[in-house]
Parts: sequence; structure tokens; C-alpha cells
Amino acid sequence: MTLQTEIPRESLTSLAAKALHHRSFIAGFFVTVLVAGMAALSFLWTPYDVTKLVISDKLLAPSAAHWFGTDHFGRDVLSMIMIGARNSIAVALVAVGIGIGIGVPLGCWAAARGGFVDEALMRLNDLVFAFPALLSAIMITAIFGPGAINAIIAIGIFNIPVFARVARAGALSIWPREYILAARAAGKGKALITLEHILPNIATLLLVQGTIQFALGILAEASLSYVGLGAQPPMPSWGRMLFEAQTRMAQAPWMAIFPGMAIVITVLALNLLGDGVADILDPKSRRRR
Amino acid sequence: MSLLDIQNLSLAIGNRPILKDVDLAVAPGEVVGLVGESGSGKSMTAMTVMQLLPFTAKAAGSVRFDGIDILAATEDQMCALRGDDIGMVFQEPMTALNPVKTIGEQVAEGIRWHTKAGRAEAEERARKILDRVGLPEAKFPLTRYPHELSGGQRQRVVIAIACALKPKLLIADEPTTALDVVLQAQILDLLRDLVHENKMGLLLISHDLAVVTEMSDRITIMRHGEVMEAGETARTLSSQTHPYTRQLALASMHVPKRRPFFPLEGEMSPKATEGVASEGNVARSDIVSKMSSTAETPFPGRFAAISPPRGERTPLVSVENVSRLYPGRRTSFFGRSAPVHAVDDVSLSIAPAQSVALVGRSGCGKSTLARMILALDNPSAGAIRFRGEPISHRNEAELKPARRDMQVVFQDPYGSFDPRQSVEKLVAEPLHLLEKKPTPAERREMVAHALNEVGLGPADLDKYPHEFSGGQRQRLSIARAIITRPKLIVADEPVSALDVSIRAQILDLFADLNGRLGVAYLFITHDLTVARAITDEVLVMHEGRIVERGATKEILDRPQSEAAQALVAAAPDLHRAIARKIQEQG
Repeated sequence: MTLQTEIPRESLTSLAAKALHHRSFIAGFFVTVLVAGMAALSFLWTPYDVTKLVISDKLLAPSAAHWFGTDHFGRDVLSMIMIGARNSIAVALVAVGIGIGIGVPLGCWAAARGGFVDEALMRLNDLVFAFPALLSAIMITAIFGPGAINAIIAIGIFNIPVFARVARAGALSIWPREYILAARAAGKGKALITLEHILPNIATLLLVQGTIQFALGILAEASLSYVGLGAQPPMPSWGRMLFEAQTRMAQAPWMAIFPGMAIVITVLALNLLGDGVADILDPKSRRRR
Repeated sequence: MSLLDIQNLSLAIGNRPILKDVDLAVAPGEVVGLVGESGSGKSMTAMTVMQLLPFTAKAAGSVRFDGIDILAATEDQMCALRGDDIGMVFQEPMTALNPVKTIGEQVAEGIRWHTKAGRAEAEERARKILDRVGLPEAKFPLTRYPHELSGGQRQRVVIAIACALKPKLLIADEPTTALDVVLQAQILDLLRDLVHENKMGLLLISHDLAVVTEMSDRITIMRHGEVMEAGETARTLSSQTHPYTRQLALASMHVPKRRPFFPLEGEMSPKATEGVASEGNVARSDIVSKMSSTAETPFPGRFAAISPPRGERTPLVSVENVSRLYPGRRTSFFGRSAPVHAVDDVSLSIAPAQSVALVGRSGCGKSTLARMILALDNPSAGAIRFRGEPISHRNEAELKPARRDMQVVFQDPYGSFDPRQSVEKLVAEPLHLLEKKPTPAERREMVAHALNEVGLGPADLDKYPHEFSGGQRQRLSIARAIITRPKLIVADEPVSALDVSIRAQILDLFADLNGRLGVAYLFITHDLTVARAITDEVLVMHEGRIVERGATKEILDRPQSEAAQALVAAAPDLHRAIARKIQEQG
């Protein structure tokens, strides 16, 4: 007796086909690419040079010449947003990356080991949480000097306990399931079980937390820039643009509106993208569509 | 005049028809049983009466309760009815109670809402009804939280909530399915008494024909959203005129045909048995030979497979004076109460290809013992040997050869699969234990064969667990357990979550695999019909100890210990139930 086993497998192409039918994924993907492309374009070309101050053009309302208006030094807001995108996105992405890269393994480890390791790691977490993030970031930048890189590290460190907690809580709810017991009966070690069963099942949690932390990262970078510890002038960042606009809200609202919109749109796009990815990877949603 | 009168009820959710022309009536003080398999629309009928349907559901026909047209009632009118005139008891006592509220609060909640009574008055009534359902205040104060109660006690609380306001109609949706047989008998007694006391109508929904027969005056049998047969319990079940009724009754009493077991057969290497038993399955034995060459076969050659007589061989599993203690609850900063003996000085042994049942009530330590045998937990004292090798307190690497030869099937067909992995990966999980990792193509082939063995097709390889029904998932679970050709399968309540007809099929499958592959089973169950169906020997466990052991038939027919007698007496039996009903109803 021969068994027919030539069944088409779930391949990358079929995943891609599913992605093409997922509206929020497409929307999120499209906008994210647009923002990233804008940031990339700023390396080659911007409408105006943002290092040049043209005081005679200060606080111009949006017009054909300056689409998004100009700021109090006469710099073009559109050009600043394009260049600022580099900074803000890079800071937020890397900070989330640090948080996930270190926090998730720590959280999973704590959940898998339990007992003393768990207790010690989580109390360490509390310790980091207990410091106001901004204060510690100031401390770090005070020691290592201000700059975009140090800002990234400072923000990244404060993402670690967040992801560690989410990962641990998620993992703890998966560990007592029977399929984990079955995997143990199949002789799989804790590391392998974490990799094969725990992580895929907490991925959605992490994705959602990731998009939240991304938005917070942009804001954190803004606060650091505000106190002069983030990206150094004349390098613009979305956060600093917002804070500079603060005192001129009545005179030149466009200075606040456009960078604010940029942050909102980027975060929204990433949220949609994250939702879409989680949906596409969830087997339950696959065949229904 | 009947209390609840359902006529020509049809229901559709979205475009999918769920119910078709259902007729059902319940008179005051009458018990009506609603029987059917999962997906037959029993629960949906109940939900229609409660108007707890999903938003997209559309109902047509007529449902009248005590003169009120339920289908036309507003949400406000329904809120007044629910919990006051119509009470409902749910299946899962573990999730039907809110874990952060005390039982007193939860019982009093409905009383206060419906009668506008004050807190003190409502608590007084809550105390009375809890006392009535068998939770006297002296032992179970109102301030207890659900987690401090056992499953049976929680179900009593759920019943207390449902009956607190003396409803005219009580709907019980599988009220005892999650409980062991002894608790089941107690809860059913309680429901019966409450019906008599308050002249309540009871709509009892269950998949268990024996339970429904014992309880109900009239019975309605449903399938695919339609009523198959309805009538007086005794007449319906004694004549069994409708083919589906007969089919259900047969499935409930099903005993799988076990092939007479030749001592030699199961003790040969899997390779040797393979061709003999399954009509020359060449492709499979090819694969199996790859596996058994890596597995540690005690009898390598084809002829050496004939083993010495039983008595001289080492047993497959031997458990010697094993105890498992759990530290007691912390009573003060330094002190703890006495440790709990989950398993207390247990010894047993299982011979190769023997099928042993471990029966006992829930919480008696059966599952703890099983985990220790599977080396997922370590005993506090005593030794467990698998083929003579001690397996407790070992690390994973040392356990590998033993793990290869013992596998597990769990109770819950929904919880035992990672929802994010394909069937191929899930069933292939134990292949991780082989010394030589199979190539992806080999792996796929092996999984396909394991699926074939349990009656599933290769088309199922790339599906995900949610695409299967409960019975199919249990087959997957068995496929996963047999893929390494183990010598022992520990099955923890493998059929208690399944419908009767599916359950019959799964029992057949177990019996068949036992005969064909010579697998030894340790069946953990509280259901004696399962034990009777497929095991040679029974161990009765009670409060951590084994109180009785012997041949299955012997023990189930003439139980000696109190624990075994209680189990046997409480076990629902369709024959007995029908006979009793016929006497009652004439």
C-alpha cells in the first residue's frame, strides 16, 4: 500500500497571498514603506537645507513654496520632518529591539525556571521600573555624554523590563497547558519548548506591546531632546520639533500639527502592520479568509 | 398546560441553519431530558429559551414560557426572567463562578437584583439555599472563594445560584459532565430533590443517555438541529423505534471487540509484528524498521523476538512504594500545615502489552501517579522503574530511551495541541526522541502513516488543530502517541470529553492498537464502562492509596472495598436505568 503524501505545503507564497487579502496589513505596510522611504530620501535630497537659517522666512504659513510652513528660524518644516524621521524611527526601532532582544529571553527564562531565578529576575525588573525612566536616561547621558546613540541605549534599557514582564506573564499562562506536558513527554527540554511552543503563542502579545513601546519610544526621544540630551542640534527630530512648537502654538500651529501628524501616522501604520502580521500568522484566521 | 412550550423553532446564525422545527415542552414539576451529540443543537435550544444567543442569530417559530412570548420579549423583560423564573446551571463549574467574588456574594447577587432585598436579607436567603444544596454555613461560610472549593462543591454553588429564587424552570446544560461518577450521582440526586420540592420544571441537557434516562420523565433526542424522537423515557428507550435512538443506545453500551491476545505477539519487536498484524503493510514496515533500528529493541533479531515466559521477565513498569507529598499551606511566616499526601505508598507493575485501568474519584491522586510514571514529576519516596531502569530524578538526556517507549494521551482534545502548529509538526513531536533525526521527507511519511493508523488521511497533514472535531483531535493525540511505537501509553481520561459514538470509535481504536502493536496501556479514568471495555486489570485508588486491585471483571462485578463499591454503585448504566424507568412508568 502506498500513501499519497504529495500535498501542497503552506509556503511563503501562500502566506504572501494571504497578506495581499488582508486590508489592515496592506494599509499598514503601505504607510510604513512610505515613511521609511521618506526618511531614506532625506539622505539624498530635501526641499530645503535645514542647517541654513533664513530668518526673513520665519514662521511662514503653509504655502506652495513651503508645504508645511517654516519654523521660527525660517527652516522648512517638511524638510525637518523628513530628516527627523531618520532619527525618531531609528531611536524607537532600536530601543524596541533592545527591549525585545533582552527582555523576552529574560522573561521566558524566568517563566521556564521559576523559583529563585524567577524571583530574582523579577525583583531586578522592579528595580529598573522603580527609577523614573527620564531621570535614569538623564543619568546615563550625563555619564556617557548626550547624543542619539546614548538616547537609544537609555530608552532601550527601559524597554527591557516591560517586555520581560509581558513575556513572562504570557509564558506562565502557556506552561500549564496540556500540549506543553505532551512536549515534555516527548522529551523536549525547556529551551526547545520555549522556542517551539511558547514564543509563537505569545507573539501576538509581544507585537501589540511592541507597537505601544514604539510610540512611547518616539515620545521618550522627544522628552530627552527637550532637555537637550537626545539628538543634538542642528539634527532635527520629531520630538524636539514638537517641543519647540509648544510656545508658538497660537502663532504657528503648523509647527506642531505636522510633526504631531507624522508621529500619529507612523504609530498607526505600525499598529495596523502589527495586527496584520499577527492575524496572518494565526492559523485560525488562515483558512477562513 | 405546559410551562415551556417550544414550537417549530428554527434558528440560523448568519447563513448557517442551526435548528430546524424543534418542538419541546416542559410541564411544571416535570423533568425533560434533551439528548444529542455535540453540535446537535441542544445547547442552542437552551440558549434560545434564555435569549443568550449570539447577535447574528435569527430565530423563528414560537417559544412561550409561562404565557410570555420569549422571542418577542425585550431585553429588559428577559433580564427580569433570567435568574428569577428561569435558572440555568452550566457545565464547567471551574469557570461558571467568578474567582474574585465570594460564594456568598455570588449567590446573593441575583437575590438582591431581582427582589430588591437588602444586603443582610439577601445573605440570609443565600445562607439558606447554600445549606439546602449541601454546603452548610458551619463548614462552608459565605466568605469562601470558589478556588477553596472542590469541583462538586462549586457545582453545588452554581445550582444554589440558579435555584436561589425558586425558578419555575431550571435549565441544566451538561451539569455533571465535568464531575466524577460519585459526585455526578450526588448532584443528580440534589437536582431531583429540588425539582420535587419546588415543583420546578427541569430541562436536563446531556450527551449521556444513561444519566438522562435515570432522571427524566420524557426524553427528546436531537441530531443536526432536528428532533429525531420524543416521548416518554421508558417507552422511547425500550422500543427504540427510531434508528438513531437505537444507534445512540448501542454506542452508549459499546464494548470494543478485543482480539484474543497471544502472549507472544505484542512482545516481539514492532518490525516483526507489523507485517503479521496489518496484512502486509510493506511501506510501513519499511519505515518502522528505520525506527526500530534506532530504538533500543530488547529483542533485536526476528526469531529472537520470541520472549521467555511471562513470569521470568521484568515488568514493563514497576512502581515500588511510591509517595508524593505536596508541602502544606503556609499557616504563618514560619509554619506550614502538614504536607498533603497526593500519592501514598503505592506499588504496582504493568507487564508488556497489558492493559491496566487506574480508577478513582477526581482528586484521588491518579493523575499525579501518572505523571510520575511518565517521569514528568518526581516521587518524594519510592522508586519507579521502566524496563528495570529507574526513571525518577533523572535528567532529560538519561531519560531519552525511556521516553521513546512511553507516550501519553490527555483528556482534553482541545488543550493538548499547540494551536499554532500544523498537524505534521504536532504529531511528529516525539520523533525528537529518535537517535537519528529523520529527514523532512521521512518525517512526513512517518506522520502520514501514524495518521493512517488512527483513521485519518494524509490530507490532514497540513491542517491546524482548530480544523478538527473533538473526536478527530483525540485521534491525532493517539497518532502522536504511537508514532515512536512505544511500549506503554498512559491515557488520562482519554474519552471522557467525547460523544458516545465517537467514544465508541476511540475505544475500538485503543483496543485495536493494543492487539496490533502490543502496546501496554495505563488507563486513568473515573468511568467504569471504559475500564470494563478495554482493560485486563483494575487498580482502585482512593485518597492517594490503592485500595483494591485485581482482574477487571472480578472487581467491577464484586467490589470489596468501600471506594470501589461507591464507584460501581454510582456508575450510570443504561440497562439498569431503562429497567427502572419501565417499572416506574409502566
